[in-house]
Amino acid sequence: MLTEQEKQEISEELKHCERPEAAAIEALRVVQKKRGWVSDASLRDVAAQLSMTPAELDAVATFYSFIFRKPVGRHVIALCDSMVCWSLGHDDLYKLISTKLGIGYGETTGDNRFTLLPASCLGACDRAPAMMVDDELFGPVTPETIDEILSKYS
Amino acid sequence: MERPLTKNIRPNEDPLSLMEYEQAGGYRAVRTMLSTMSPQDVQVQVKASNLRGRGGAGFPTGMKWSFVPMGENAPKQKYFIVNADEMEPGAFKDRYLLEGDPHQLIEGIVVAAYAIQASHAYIFLRQGYGRAELLLNKAIAEAYENKLLGENILGSGFSLDLRIHTSAGRYICGEETALINALEGKRATPRAKPPFPQVSGLWGRPTVVNNVETVVNLPHIVNNGADWFKSIGGINDSGTKIYGVSGRVRNPGLWELPMGTMVSDLIEEQAGGMMDGYRLRAFMPGGASTDFLTPDHMNVRMDFDSVMKAGSRMGTGTITVLDDRTCPVGFVHSLEKFFRRESCGWCTPCREGLPWIERTLQAIETGKGEMSDLDLLTEQCRLLGPGNTFCALAPGAVEPLQSALKYFLEDFESHINNKHCPWKSI
Amino acid sequence: MVTIFIDNKPHQVKPDQNLLQACLSLGFDLPYFCWHPALHAVGACRQCAVKQYKDDKDAKGRIIMSCMTPVSEGLRISVDDPEARAFRKGIVEQLMLNHPHDCPVCDEGGECHLQDMTVMTGHNYRRSRFRKRTHQNQDLGPFLNHEMNRCIQCYRCVRFYRGVAGGRDLNVFGAHDHVYFGRHADGPLESEFSGNLIEICPTGVFTDKTLKEHYTRKWDLQTAPSICVHCGVGCNTIAGERYGSLRRIMNRYNRDINGYFLCDRGRFGYEFVNSHKRIRTPLVKSPSPPAGEGRGEGGKPADRETVLTHIADILSKAKGVIAIGSPRASLESNFALRTLAGENSFFSGIGNEEQSLVSLIIDIQKNSPASSPSLREIQAADAVLILGEDLPNTAPLMALAVRQASRNKQFEIAAAMKLPLWDDNAVRNAGQSAKSPVYIISPAETRLDDVAAKTAHVPIQDIVRLASAISQKLDPNIPPLSSGERTEVRGQDVDALAKEIATVLMNAKHPLIVSGTGCQSTGVVQTAANIARALQLKGKAVQLAFAVHECNTLGAALLGGRTLDEAFTVMQDGLADTVIILENDLYRRADEASVEQFLGRAKNIIVLDHIMHRTADQADVVLPAATFAESSGTLINYETRPQRYNEVFVPRGDIQAGWKWINAIMMATQHPAPGGFATLDDIIRKMSRELPLFAELADLVPPAGFRIAGQKVPRQSHRYSGRTSMIADRTVHEPKPAYDADSPLAFSMEGSEQQPPAPLISRYWSPGWNSVQALNRFQQEVGGDLRKESTGTRLIKMIGGQSEYFRIDLSEDPAESPQYFIFGSEELSNLSPALGKRRPMDDQQDPRMTM
Ligand SMILES: Cc1cc2nc3c(=O)[nH]c(=O)nc-3n(C[C@H](O)[C@H](O)[C@H](O)COP(=O)(O)O)c2cc1C
Ligand code: SF4
Ligand code: FES
Repeated sequence: MLTEQEKQEISEELKHCERPEAAAIEALRVVQKKRGWVSDASLRDVAAQLSMTPAELDAVATFYSFIFRKPVGRHVIALCDSMVCWSLGHDDLYKLISTKLGIGYGETTGDNRFTLLPASCLGACDRAPAMMVDDELFGPVTPETIDEILSKYS
Repeated sequence: MERPLTKNIRPNEDPLSLMEYEQAGGYRAVRTMLSTMSPQDVQVQVKASNLRGRGGAGFPTGMKWSFVPMGENAPKQKYFIVNADEMEPGAFKDRYLLEGDPHQLIEGIVVAAYAIQASHAYIFLRQGYGRAELLLNKAIAEAYENKLLGENILGSGFSLDLRIHTSAGRYICGEETALINALEGKRATPRAKPPFPQVSGLWGRPTVVNNVETVVNLPHIVNNGADWFKSIGGINDSGTKIYGVSGRVRNPGLWELPMGTMVSDLIEEQAGGMMDGYRLRAFMPGGASTDFLTPDHMNVRMDFDSVMKAGSRMGTGTITVLDDRTCPVGFVHSLEKFFRRESCGWCTPCREGLPWIERTLQAIETGKGEMSDLDLLTEQCRLLGPGNTFCALAPGAVEPLQSALKYFLEDFESHINNKHCPWKSI
Repeated sequence: MVTIFIDNKPHQVKPDQNLLQACLSLGFDLPYFCWHPALHAVGACRQCAVKQYKDDKDAKGRIIMSCMTPVSEGLRISVDDPEARAFRKGIVEQLMLNHPHDCPVCDEGGECHLQDMTVMTGHNYRRSRFRKRTHQNQDLGPFLNHEMNRCIQCYRCVRFYRGVAGGRDLNVFGAHDHVYFGRHADGPLESEFSGNLIEICPTGVFTDKTLKEHYTRKWDLQTAPSICVHCGVGCNTIAGERYGSLRRIMNRYNRDINGYFLCDRGRFGYEFVNSHKRIRTPLVKSPSPPAGEGRGEGGKPADRETVLTHIADILSKAKGVIAIGSPRASLESNFALRTLAGENSFFSGIGNEEQSLVSLIIDIQKNSPASSPSLREIQAADAVLILGEDLPNTAPLMALAVRQASRNKQFEIAAAMKLPLWDDNAVRNAGQSAKSPVYIISPAETRLDDVAAKTAHVPIQDIVRLASAISQKLDPNIPPLSSGERTEVRGQDVDALAKEIATVLMNAKHPLIVSGTGCQSTGVVQTAANIARALQLKGKAVQLAFAVHECNTLGAALLGGRTLDEAFTVMQDGLADTVIILENDLYRRADEASVEQFLGRAKNIIVLDHIMHRTADQADVVLPAATFAESSGTLINYETRPQRYNEVFVPRGDIQAGWKWINAIMMATQHPAPGGFATLDDIIRKMSRELPLFAELADLVPPAGFRIAGQKVPRQSHRYSGRTSMIADRTVHEPKPAYDADSPLAFSMEGSEQQPPAPLISRYWSPGWNSVQALNRFQQEVGGDLRKESTGTRLIKMIGGQSEYFRIDLSEDPAESPQYFIFGSEELSNLSPALGKRRPMDDQQDPRMTM
């Protein structure tokens, strides 16, 4: 079930849309913001509000990489693996984070604190290697600074 | 040297508020335009300025606009869309403009929308540009409050509704027709052209998509005229350009310089040359989808035509350097991994060819390559070439690969022969 | 026509089409996947590449996608160019990277478009050494099997399912090389057109689950051209048999009717032919229980001679014999029965209300100036008014045609923007949600409502009210309703709605009114006719379609038997004591008590049918009649178009066509009527002589004596295998193939491989084209008429112009309409196990459904 507030925010988005399905991404993001990800149940609820079928909404949801259709941890680390970041040390950084947290790409720590994802270029090539944790951008990230960054997220 | 686009940008500080922006001469273009110019006038001036799109292809902006139906019989609703998707590896210039001077972008949007008589405008913002979103929203609110957006702007009778759409990720959203599908709430697969968006775009109505950097030039052209715009440019091309350099250089960053600035100037002077202990092996002039050039091309001017003549494309104008201590095979592999992941999955060569390329490169990089792989890669490059795929993503993806096969052939061969990557310790 | 040059040879082609279509029509072997004649072009698969040259000096050329290129005067291309060939081969190679190569265990094997195209391009060696991606499959319900690993991502399935059929529960998920076609979650596909995915999918992702139950390769099926028997639309099918059981139904292209598609009732209903309820031998209850006593069930099997003697005995002693025909039996069987019993003792076997409605519809068709449209004509309508009919449940393919008609607005918009109409996405993007106006006024919601501009779900009398109001807006001279005009029905402002609809119909170029027998309401049918007439008087080329619910409703009605009520009366009055019932369960036609009484009074009941039902249970003698698959005959569809179905296989034992049984009875009784009818041609000749309406029937299909180069048309493919061992468990001698005296088709693999006339096409195959796409080779132009088309005819030609407006009496109308279900309402398909699984819960069902 969507909360009243979620429904409210989605109807707000709907007001600005030529057709309800145009609000699909915004609506999914409303849910994701609150719950971290979009469960099947939420997807069906959102679809109903947008007069879409679950299949129609899921077709859109699964196309985009930052609509999560599987549970994620409290924080999502998006580590840029595109060429500039790659050449400035992505692989080492990945190994480091992965050892520290005990997870690989696509995985979530046992305490549900972090999910680690590979990201396509974050538009921060002058700060390579770069990564985002939730909405915050970090770069250049070095083995020295990584602990400090991670420690900000509980 | 004039730096119209970045003169207001104060690195590491908040951008100008509306008041500050107006004090610095902002929104003058909108005021002049709305009181003294017809849409046609604006179009004529932009055409005369020879402004070429900064989204990568360098298509003349005035010409692009001229395909939009105008006048009485034109559809009532038209759209202007700013492409702020910037997801191409190596490109980071639009972020700078978005975060640095949002009002400048809004002013440019009003100019463009007026010129084509659009009723609605969107900024299509990539996922992950949260700060830009915040700042833009603030600026848009200010503009609405001051009647620079919304109904009847400054009492001129011209109305414009501006909204931000934040993408949920996928490089292909930057392709203008895929972008339109994304805005309609669909899967962002591209549309075939023709029909061009100017005729049948968002919701089947006339639509123009322009890059952020293209748009921010517009107020200055209106203010200072076409001749001025040409005068601040270089030999071949008008205006300034936001150039960038990233990779193992001393001082990676962005600079606004006249069109046609020399590569050497950018890498050696602005970026301070290579980091200590590294030599320049090659560079990509404008993002991950442009062919490699080599130190032999240091004297190429960075404008659309000159880079083309040198065998690559200027693309976004943000140079990526490849140094001599980075494995070119690994580098290209990382690149193709990006393209593989970001393909929309609509057309066969891109959807199937890129994974094959990527896995082959991975095999070579990890010492499992075979000599026949090189022919295969060449063949796939041809198969994914321009015109063969549905959109330009795949041709862009194979450009760097085909030039890598040309310039780094020995590296490929040694990987295969020695069954491991020379840059990696065994 | 424009001239294009292909490999330097000039060719004349029609303008306004894409190059791929032109090349295929010219007979070039050009591979393709994402394009389909009914789905048009989207340019996704990149398989159809050719070289284009600027002019005759251009030697280099460039690769283009033929499906996305308009033909234009002077266009120069090469299909044969090595680079183009290499490109096409490269695309197939890419498509095969993840394909499981499981042809030997794949149901599509041997009729797979992907196989054909792979061979066509010459790709035959796997170079990739990487692992293939795999997917999980879904349970999509009783009709379709799902095997996603075989998918080549041509996007046809979603484009058909969503874009053509309007289904909303199948879609594409994911991106890049991980795209998945299926449902959001496991579960039966909701669209009643899902079965078309079998033919739309170019490989084995969606295959026929019912076929899987008794699988046979395409080349091992004995097939014949047939007609669907599950509703009144009359879709053309190809039915396939092996080992005496019917294995599957596929589409048979008929441009005027079903085009490329079928509904799931028609495709999967066939299994009744193999049902355990089949009557396989004559059954006799002996001695006949005395009249008036419960007869109990079943009789004892008897042989043919015994039963015929027994019948002769019954008939000779009978004090009056009456015969009841059937709207689901062939015209020939009905006619034979009528001959046996005599015109005055023949009753049509349609329920009373329905019979009067159908007669009314026939009268309207005879007299009304509005022509009865084919589905192709329905599809061309630019404004549609549906009155009272739940089309998706009563005439599914007609619903599909109306759905396509609703898209005409999009085409109009696209044409105004000068977009090529074959550019599917361009048309959809330009047209967005624009729709040609469709108004649905019906007793309940229908699955077509999503394309409607407006719907009104109101009781039948209000349907008549609304329709009458519309007619009066069009012509104030139309007499008002006898009673009960209203200004508002169910919250709808009658005047406003009537005005809106009348205006829309007046502004349309091709307005269409659809109604039918669904409401069992004279008023609904009459107001529909009034509206059509009013439009016609205003100079509109209006069309008027009436859905009828059984495969031969119109055939039975046109034969003109008396009503069932009259039969009941005759029996009640003691004017007859014996009744012969042809392929009809009377309990579906009239209320239980009347039927009980009627059958109770009959001293002798003789039933001819293929399945046991309550009526057959009561019979003294039951004769095993052949189904459509085991006999040949003619059915007349909703537009009065007669169509021939052909015997697919020779039934075992005594099963034979109804008309053959009746002929045998006539012989056994030394019936006085002149001339027996040993063959179908005999009976048709007799019928067309006696009944002028059927004069053209003999020309419908080439007669049995027709030969191509001295040969019959084979029902078996020339690769048909195992023929000599099929009955090896019983005999090692290969029997002589049965001789078919009723049609030019042979129960054999020997015969002419040339393309026969359209009504005799028993399979689509052409060298290099083993899949259904071989149909391209049978068409004059791809997507157009068949090469040897005989365009068929309607028995009732427009003659009208003389008709008067109906004066409508509201009080005659029933208050409630029965509810119809595509799965469950029709008697025969209901016996198919797969369909049974899609039937609505029993408590939703009207126990006395008339269809
Ligand atoms: C795969 C692909 C990605 C693209 N991404 C972007 C992008 O992120 N930003 C952009 O401005 N243009 C991008 N483009 C180019 C746009 O399609 C379009 O040409 C451009 O926005 C036009 O702007 P301009 O005329 O101002 O250059 C992309 C093109 C392709 C084929
Ligand atoms: S080239 Fe084809 S698959 Fe690749 S992004 Fe473009 S349309 Fe999609
Ligand atoms: S058939 Fe032409 S691209 Fe698919």
